[in-house]
Amino acid sequence: MTTRTLAVVSAGLSTPSSTRLLADRLTAATVAALRERGDDATVEVVELRTHARDLADDVVTGFANESLRAAIDTVTGADGLIAVTPVFSASYSGLFKTFFDVLDKDSLTGTPVLLGATAGTARHSLVIEHAMRPLFAYLRAVPAPTGVFAASEDWAGAGGVDAELARRIDRAAGELADLVAGRPAGKRPVDPFADVPSFEELLRGH
Amino acid sequence: MQFGVFSVSDITTDPTNGRTPGEAERIQAIVTIAKKAEEVGLDVFALGEHHNPPFFSSSPTTTLAYIAAQTTTLQLSTATTLITTNDPVKIAEDYAMLQHLAGGRVDLMMGRGNTGPVYPWFGQDIRNGLPLAVENYALLRRLWDEDVVDWQGQFRTPLQGFTSTPRPLDGVPPFVWHGSIRSPQIAEQAAYYGDGFFHNHIFWPKEHTARMVEFYRRRFEHHGHGSADQAIVGLGGQVFMRRNSQDAVREFRPYFDNAPVYGHGPSLEDFSRETPLTVGSPQQVIERTLGFREYVGDYQRQLFLIDHAGLPLKTVLEQLDMLGEEVVPVLRREFAALKPAHVPDAPTHASRVAARQASLEEVSA
Repeated sequence: MTTRTLAVVSAGLSTPSSTRLLADRLTAATVAALRERGDDATVEVVELRTHARDLADDVVTGFANESLRAAIDTVTGADGLIAVTPVFSASYSGLFKTFFDVLDKDSLTGTPVLLGATAGTARHSLVIEHAMRPLFAYLRAVPAPTGVFAASEDWAGAGGVDAELARRIDRAAGELADLVAGRPAGKRPVDPFADVPSFEELLRGH
Repeated sequence: MQFGVFSVSDITTDPTNGRTPGEAERIQAIVTIAKKAEEVGLDVFALGEHHNPPFFSSSPTTTLAYIAAQTTTLQLSTATTLITTNDPVKIAEDYAMLQHLAGGRVDLMMGRGNTGPVYPWFGQDIRNGLPLAVENYALLRRLWDEDVVDWQGQFRTPLQGFTSTPRPLDGVPPFVWHGSIRSPQIAEQAAYYGDGFFHNHIFWPKEHTARMVEFYRRRFEHHGHGSADQAIVGLGGQVFMRRNSQDAVREFRPYFDNAPVYGHGPSLEDFSRETPLTVGSPQQVIERTLGFREYVGDYQRQLFLIDHAGLPLKTVLEQLDMLGEEVVPVLRREFAALKPAHVPDAPTHASRVAARQASLEEVSA
């Protein structure tokens, strides 16, 4: 049995937050789906709210402080990522975007991602498609085909979750589990010093 | 080991009183700072090069020549010379001229410059930053090392039978350092030529510095210039001192909070923990600086940034007094006691002339 690491990034701000609630549902469903495929999973959650100041500092100084560095290492070293944001002004929140802004642009290459978003109204439901997917396409991550959007009304079903939302969560989790279970374990972070050309190569043509 | 100061030549409003020095005042202040550095017993003064406000230092060789005329022992350097947007022919000429006038008290630090808009002003493109640094420096080396140069490259008019004048003093060009915060290719360039490598060591955590220096040392050995611990390493650093460390923190905080590069971000305390910035007593500066050796090894040059962010001249001169009287004498003694005999000192004109003489004699023997 292979143990996979799942990183969960939640940009929810309130406590409790529906963003975190959705992230937890997606996580539990993904862990269960991985078990069905014979893999174990460890989960590490990054609450971006606790890194709000760290992220602002990084934007100003160009480096991540110790606390943020640990969060970044968790996310970029994971076998799979669950990324959930509240919808602010018709897109992902600034806090959510800032976290992905400060990552090395190659650090999520090939990482399977499950996209989730929450909002007060279903009218924002395409945010996953028009805002989140292009972001992760730029990062060359591999988003699962199903993204999960939850509006306030989706939490109103029996057991706290609408049956339709529950089905979407299970489908998306299954897709992420397929992507994670299908890749070789032990992804290595990008090492900028590993493939520096020798100076003879740099000089070629000069 | 050499100790000194480097200035980026920013003209910045003093946040404590809203006063902004004029260009004339700040330019004279730089000269005063450099002369004071020699007076208090420091070895090196290095000046930046910029072509956009709020910086004044567009013509470092003019400034350094003026300082050279008023000093006798101070080593003059740059921080940095823009190898990307300057014509390497002009660098060869200007710095050889300065070298003659200063009696050999000159070296340079090459940098690429990370301000995108500057490149097109000089007919270049920041996306070519690395190839420019490689080609221009390769040409500069030839212009200094060979009397007559035929050359063709990607970025400049070809040269036919060109001689750069004046020829380097005593046939020995100025020593060159290469500065880079995070480009391993530049560390590789420094290693390839057996030049020095300088890490700014101000803005980022020490792990970045350690990694770059380790890579440079390893490649220096690979390219056959000596063992890794014989590579020539310089570090920057940023300090602010008062007798009492609480006074230092209180006085420096407004300058830190409003500093052009990192201001309006982390707290002074966070930044001091995460980067090599040291704000405190001279003793604290001594202890922190001695610790640098633990992650870069025995190194040859330590430069401090003390005159930026709107700090008034009077304060800067007080910092120089403390460096000269209390900090550097201790650092000199302690670093010297720790350094193994096979680790070289920073190259000087005299040591390079002697080395050249020795190699010529070896050839003729």
